[in-house]
Amino acid sequence: MASKLTFKGGIHPLKAIHHGKYLSEKSAIEKCSVPEEIILPLSQHIGAPSTPVVQVGDKVDMGQMIADASGYVSVPCFSSVSGTVKAIESRPHISGKPSMSIVIENDFEDRLYPGIKSPGKLADLSPKEIVDIIKGAGLVGMGGAAFPTHVKLSPPPEKKIDTLIVNGAECEPYLTADHRVMLEHPDEMVRGLEAVMKVLGVNNAYIAIEDNKRDAIAAVSKAAQGKNIDVVTMHVKYPQGAEKQLIYAVTKRQIPSGGLPMDVGAVVVNAGSVYQINLAIEKGLPLFERVVTVTGSVNNPSNLLVRLGTPISHVIGFVGGFAGKIEKLIAGGPMMGITQHSLDAPVIKGTSGLLALDAGMVRSAEESSCIRCGKCVYVCPMGLLPYLLSDFSSHERFEDAEKNHVLDCIECGSCSYVCPANRHLVQGMRLAKSQIMQNRKKAK
Amino acid sequence: MDQYIMSSSPHVRSSESTARIMRDVIIALLPATAFGVYIFGLNALWVVLASVAAAMLAEALLQLLMHKKVTVSDGSAAVTGLLLALNLPPAVPLWIPILGSVFAIAIVKQCFGGLGHNFINPALAARAFLLVSWPTAMTTWTIPGADAVSSATPLAALKLGGELSSYSDMFLGSIGGCIGETSAIALILGGLYLIARRVIDPRIPVIYIGTVALLTWVAGPQGLFTGDALYHVLGGGLMLGAFFMATDYTTSPMSASGKMVFAAGCGILTSVIRLWGGYPEGVSYSILLMNLVVPLIDKAFLPKRFGGVVK
Repeated sequence: MASKLTFKGGIHPLKAIHHGKYLSEKSAIEKCSVPEEIILPLSQHIGAPSTPVVQVGDKVDMGQMIADASGYVSVPCFSSVSGTVKAIESRPHISGKPSMSIVIENDFEDRLYPGIKSPGKLADLSPKEIVDIIKGAGLVGMGGAAFPTHVKLSPPPEKKIDTLIVNGAECEPYLTADHRVMLEHPDEMVRGLEAVMKVLGVNNAYIAIEDNKRDAIAAVSKAAQGKNIDVVTMHVKYPQGAEKQLIYAVTKRQIPSGGLPMDVGAVVVNAGSVYQINLAIEKGLPLFERVVTVTGSVNNPSNLLVRLGTPISHVIGFVGGFAGKIEKLIAGGPMMGITQHSLDAPVIKGTSGLLALDAGMVRSAEESSCIRCGKCVYVCPMGLLPYLLSDFSSHERFEDAEKNHVLDCIECGSCSYVCPANRHLVQGMRLAKSQIMQNRKKAK
Repeated sequence: MDQYIMSSSPHVRSSESTARIMRDVIIALLPATAFGVYIFGLNALWVVLASVAAAMLAEALLQLLMHKKVTVSDGSAAVTGLLLALNLPPAVPLWIPILGSVFAIAIVKQCFGGLGHNFINPALAARAFLLVSWPTAMTTWTIPGADAVSSATPLAALKLGGELSSYSDMFLGSIGGCIGETSAIALILGGLYLIARRVIDPRIPVIYIGTVALLTWVAGPQGLFTGDALYHVLGGGLMLGAFFMATDYTTSPMSASGKMVFAAGCGILTSVIRLWGGYPEGVSYSILLMNLVVPLIDKAFLPKRFGGVVK
């Protein structure tokens, strides 16, 4: 068993209730039922929204491309059902802002698009061909950020990559999607990793898994035997899955302020993304469904394989509805997820979890005076001063915030979590960051 | 139509709160308080009650007058009142703790912005105010058990010549001194409780006490390395100060390195005052002086920034 690696700072959120993972970590991945109507936003990823290649009235098959990438930092989008294009209009989006979407009426036949077949054996594919397959399958980071994978795997030639890490940390409480994928599909995941190793030209790679997923560590270790793949056990701490902290914990390299993983010769890919890469190569499948952990105050917390475009309301209905009065419905995890005002938005490429929190699980309280206890400083994984930065923010002293490195904040929320006075620390820093970026754009 | 709360993440919080922390501090001070009342008699109890009540009333009244939210229920005024009482001689007339608490809360705390905004420790500032204004009442000690008889404390005996107390008396607390400072064991127990509850950073008391032990041993009365470090550590208000006053959040630095520098500074000043200054005890003034330097320490001693080192 590899040694337990970690980083400085961080928290153990909801440790008393086993990080909430007990609700769903033993539930095998189950197929969610398919809804009557799927809503596929043109923007499910970082980068330019995709451009529709179908029109209202067109018949489409499952896995057929309905929107193409518009530019380099963009990916195509695929229908997750067979049916008819009903509309191309503005529809709710989990980000909160209604977004242009392609709406498809399901004919419940699940006809797979005839063009879908394996593009070839990994051994016969060149690195460039693999990257094209990855873009062509519409793959993005499945950990939540949804950054186009083909871009991540194409670092500029001057950045030499020698370290590849698969992110199996899943440090957010309640979420267990990556856990189940690693446990149930370890061989496919490892073969997907080998494809990425070929693309980047690295001879060995790491798979980093937090110590609270011992069954997954065992399964993945078995699948990785005999290959140049190190399965490393990470100390359980939030935010171990944040890429800066993950790279540091595994390699002791610190990404410089304002830098990217490639600046220290590293690339990090989510465990689910790597599994998806394998599906694209061995089965020719594009991205049109994903595993979502549906948990919290619901009647049957589960890990569901959900067709992209399925409205949240349908997914909640499939697990038997809410188990009580819900105060917050979150897309993602409790530390960085986005609250929803309705259940109408669809599940999209980056939706790793749907979390229903009732009054007992949410802890909203009024802000009180900062007592200068220093807990926020103690837990900040980036070594910042949250009490000072959020104070600058509330006084609109954005230049002072920038001078004190607020842009280094990864918005993990550890500071707000520990604050005894319930101060809105990360929220203030988030505001300062967005204001500074806006001011920079205006200055250009 | 169901309604959901929308807010910016994170959506869960730890169960820590200011009130819980204050409650833990009060619990940690109970052994020392109980011991003080037991050994010095009922007047000590009235001093404690008067001090706590005056502190809470002063805060409530002032907040009402200033049209601010009344926050007495967070327990911080009660803690200040209790700490002040534990820093007073047991035979003081009751107007002393009352006046002291009002000074601590109304002037040092509320006039500067309330909780989290005082620039020096309110209880220690009040003690300094009382000592300067009514020095006789503030330096009249009692032998435990007997009636109020003027006598010296262990440190006064050391400085001015007199019968030295035994280590066991100082450890248990059957010596003269302020209500809460005499029993080292009671204070250590309270300190360990606060460390276990993660309320205080153990670095501060360990470095403060360690620095005093080192310096008083090195700068001995008969030459180098002849000092009675244990006597200094057990005597006076060092235990009370190191565990409960120097660790006050608002008046100590925010970073780990800053806290260590602060604690060392307190240790150096306490030793200097005790060994070469006019007073037999230096804990109150050392902490107050270091409180004043905290903003500079916070500017100079920052945590290590991730990705901040440029090769």
